[in-house]
Amino acid sequence: MQRRSLLAGSAGLLSVPFIAPSARAQTGAGGRTEIQFWYGLAGALGERVAEQAQRFNESQDRYRVVATFRGSYPEVMSGAIAAWRAGTAPHIAQVFEVGTATMMGAGPAIRPVYELLGEAGIELDPQRYLAGVRGYYSDTQGRMISMPHNSSSAVMWLNLDAFERAGLSTTDLPKTWAEVRAAAQAIRARNAAEMAMTTAWPTWVMYEQMSSLHDVALATPANGFQGLDARMNLADPIFLKQTEMLLEMQRAGHFTYGGRDGGGGAAFPAGQAAISFNSSAGRAAVQREARFRWASVVLPHHADITQSPKNGVIGGASLWALTSRNRTAAEYRGVAEFYRFISDVEQDKWWHQVTGYVPLTLAAYEASKAEGFYERNPGADAAITQLSRAQPTPNSQGFRLGGFVEIRNIIQEELERGFQNQQNAQTALANANRRADVVLRNFERANRR
Amino acid sequence: MSQVQPAIAAPVPLAAEAPRRRRFLGADLTTHVILLLGVVLFAMPIWIVLMGSTHDAATIGRGEVPLLPGSEGWNNYATAWSEGNTRRASVPVSTMMFNSAVMALLITVGKLAISITSAYAVAFFSFPGRMLCFWAIFITLMLPVEVRIFPTFQVVSDLGMVNTYQGLIIPLIASATATLLFRQFFLTIPDELVEAAKMDGAGPMRFFKDIVLPLSATNIAALFVILFVYGWNQYLWPLLVTTSTDVETIVIGIVKMLGAEADTEWNIVMATTVLALLPPVAVVILMQRWFVKGLTETEK
Amino acid sequence: MRRKVIFGNKLLPYLLLAPQLIVTAIFFFWPAAEAIRYSFLRQDAFGISVMFVGLENFQDLFADERYLQVVWNTIWFSFWVTVLSMGVALLLAVLADRHIRGRNTYRTLLIWPYAIAPAIAAVLYIFLFHPSLGLLGRALNGFGVPWDYRLNGDQAMLVVILAAAWKQVSYNFLFFLAGLQSIPKSVLEAAAIDGASPSRRFWTVIFPLLSPTTFFLLVINITSAVFDTFGIIDALTGGGPGNATQTMIYRAYVDGRVNLDLGSSAAQSVVLMIAVMALTLVQFRFIERRVHY
Repeated sequence: MQRRSLLAGSAGLLSVPFIAPSARAQTGAGGRTEIQFWYGLAGALGERVAEQAQRFNESQDRYRVVATFRGSYPEVMSGAIAAWRAGTAPHIAQVFEVGTATMMGAGPAIRPVYELLGEAGIELDPQRYLAGVRGYYSDTQGRMISMPHNSSSAVMWLNLDAFERAGLSTTDLPKTWAEVRAAAQAIRARNAAEMAMTTAWPTWVMYEQMSSLHDVALATPANGFQGLDARMNLADPIFLKQTEMLLEMQRAGHFTYGGRDGGGGAAFPAGQAAISFNSSAGRAAVQREARFRWASVVLPHHADITQSPKNGVIGGASLWALTSRNRTAAEYRGVAEFYRFISDVEQDKWWHQVTGYVPLTLAAYEASKAEGFYERNPGADAAITQLSRAQPTPNSQGFRLGGFVEIRNIIQEELERGFQNQQNAQTALANANRRADVVLRNFERANRR
Repeated sequence: MSQVQPAIAAPVPLAAEAPRRRRFLGADLTTHVILLLGVVLFAMPIWIVLMGSTHDAATIGRGEVPLLPGSEGWNNYATAWSEGNTRRASVPVSTMMFNSAVMALLITVGKLAISITSAYAVAFFSFPGRMLCFWAIFITLMLPVEVRIFPTFQVVSDLGMVNTYQGLIIPLIASATATLLFRQFFLTIPDELVEAAKMDGAGPMRFFKDIVLPLSATNIAALFVILFVYGWNQYLWPLLVTTSTDVETIVIGIVKMLGAEADTEWNIVMATTVLALLPPVAVVILMQRWFVKGLTETEK
Repeated sequence: MRRKVIFGNKLLPYLLLAPQLIVTAIFFFWPAAEAIRYSFLRQDAFGISVMFVGLENFQDLFADERYLQVVWNTIWFSFWVTVLSMGVALLLAVLADRHIRGRNTYRTLLIWPYAIAPAIAAVLYIFLFHPSLGLLGRALNGFGVPWDYRLNGDQAMLVVILAAAWKQVSYNFLFFLAGLQSIPKSVLEAAAIDGASPSRRFWTVIFPLLSPTTFFLLVINITSAVFDTFGIIDALTGGGPGNATQTMIYRAYVDGRVNLDLGSSAAQSVVLMIAVMALTLVQFRFIERRVHY
């Protein structure tokens, strides 16, 4: 008897797709057009995304954005791609910055921002957006392809209590790598913290940001912006200098490798690390957890290479409009309306202040400044300063490299082998360069049309 | 059937050992010590997690590794059960446990149902293409889902089954091993029984229901344990096919809780770990007798 | 083998077989065929431009020293998991087979890890070996042994091997115990009367009689170490550091899921299919032999 009811129950479950979030638009109650929006931010930030969609839904009555958390960034991206192949793509997918080249190469699968806005008759001047943000997501003609959404930059986090214990100034903070090294040495010498220095996102901070700051291409020409034929440029002395410095500091106990991707991020708020590098979006976590005085400042540069560092590059994600069979003009129009909504100064300012991401528009930055937001939250503008302090050059506007996720991992892997004393800096870079070039060539072959 | 006997033979002391009892006393002691070491080896990781789950996050975070119970147990389990990991907007453990239970039970029931009928067809009927069907099923032994992981995902995605229970379960329910076991067992059912049934005018379905199913009860129970554990413990497939937290299983949920170590509430992770391993361990221990028999006779 | 008395229905057997065959066709044969087809294609992530490239995906794979490293990782990992788990299991089984008090209790306490998911085993091992949270990890660092499996590839490999072997012991233990108990008592008595020492008795009499079980377990253990350990590796090391703990399954997953390189991932699936086919054939031959004696 029991078995029968179990079987009956299972048959019921199998036939009714009671959890099947369909990506197809439905005209829901009240005649609203539904817009599916997949995002990949967990936790508090994810709640803000949901809130953003809700604000949009309350602001008008023609469209309803349904925001769904679909796992981590890579999961959202591969999920959206698989859904597109199956003809069930969401209208909007949040794709992390390293996926940009893959999405740009997706031709018929995507609808560029400028096209959507044009069709909807919505005017949004690209110049309104922060230069460092806009450049990353525009084509060579300066037209925006994807919609900036959540952007951050890497900044340096300093534990001022540890600095004081080490006898270092807490007002005149390090600006160059030489000063950072000296500080790390002092911290170690006085044992002022468990770790003198660590970093999250090793590739992003130590290679991508440094390439941009020092106006050196990570891949030539122009970091892939000019086409699929870019080659890695890790042989440049700046990368050797950077890698040798990290390896030396690690051997001397002045630098602790915290693992790949975000792994090294935990040590700072926990008070273990005196100096850390992480996304400016980590501000909320630091504010909540740190039991010490701290500061967030722009990234250091090598003074012997440049006296006036360029802008840093962004991290984070942008919004991509995807195509699908039977997708109507009204649905695309809804996407455009959502883009317009989140670019609105008031909405943008809210987003910037509650999430810690940089504002999308200059106007929201000015408005926050006028409100005294940065006086109440010192250091919250470090990332904005870093992103906008120079006119982006072809080497500092961002990266458009195919297979960038894999390239990041390759650099991390080779760096890890260096940390394990299996190879020196030069070999690590040569290996990374060679392997990353293979990735670029494969991408080129797969995307050539 | 294999020659291997279930591990419950009664001990028969060897006559030759009696005069040497004194020497064996020492040997027995060594035996106990080593076996106890083995037991401790297995139990220690669980003990650490069990004790850790009764302390607050800071204690674990500082690396104190408590080996005795603390006072936060109730809070931790209640938080995990009703909220999950509070810092990463995960789903409550209760939801994940429900998803895991649905997945494990449906995989188990599904596998049992389709295996026993197909084995019955292969063993008791003669029809064109019989061996072809048998081999088609047998060859799937060589294609575990892990091996053809991405193409299977593509197929499930093309069928629109990503993030559904169907997509989670159906690709896992074809089971060559269960079919083989049932077939092997059916071949041992004496022809006389079938004769008698036929003479009584019983049709094949009646025979299946009245004779074959009751006779297979032990095998079904054994397979139930093995398949339930298999279903509950699935990792790679759910990881690929579920990105929505609505259908997230507990095993996936825990690993996601680890996430970036930055934001991990270790005490909640520990409580969740204990909750996650309770159901399959309970099934194995409570149904030990059938399980042991089944495991050693099904050869996987 | 085939029975003499059968039912004569024409349609019924097909109906009975249908569910299994349909599921098998859709979720086994179709994907397997797709894997083979994809392995000859190069395509972008969206499948917009697709190109036939012949064996290029395979050539690239075997020209890639990293892939060869991954193959070697897989062999090294499987070897040690198999040796460790079978060795410990055999020792425990021999002891538990002795006529001592509490035999059944020991058995219960030794089989339950069978129920633990690989990914959960990994979580348990984090709390043992994590350099700042784990009992042993902290102790090692305390004694001045620089221990961090997240940075040191050899240590990472050691931890995943230990976790995988730990999880596998119970299964092997059950089979060895069953194997031991099926050895006729008369054989043991004869050996005991001969006056052979216990260890000699074990190696000359018992171990050879266990060889079918041992051989069977060998195949099963290698298969499970290759295919069922994704969860352990994913939760403990994510294939790192470097790619020190990346196995063939893990790499196929990463290339398909993260790197979106479907051609290479499919080629890896085909390589794995060939490997598992070889293993299964070995196992099948063995099962055949076993069925007949």
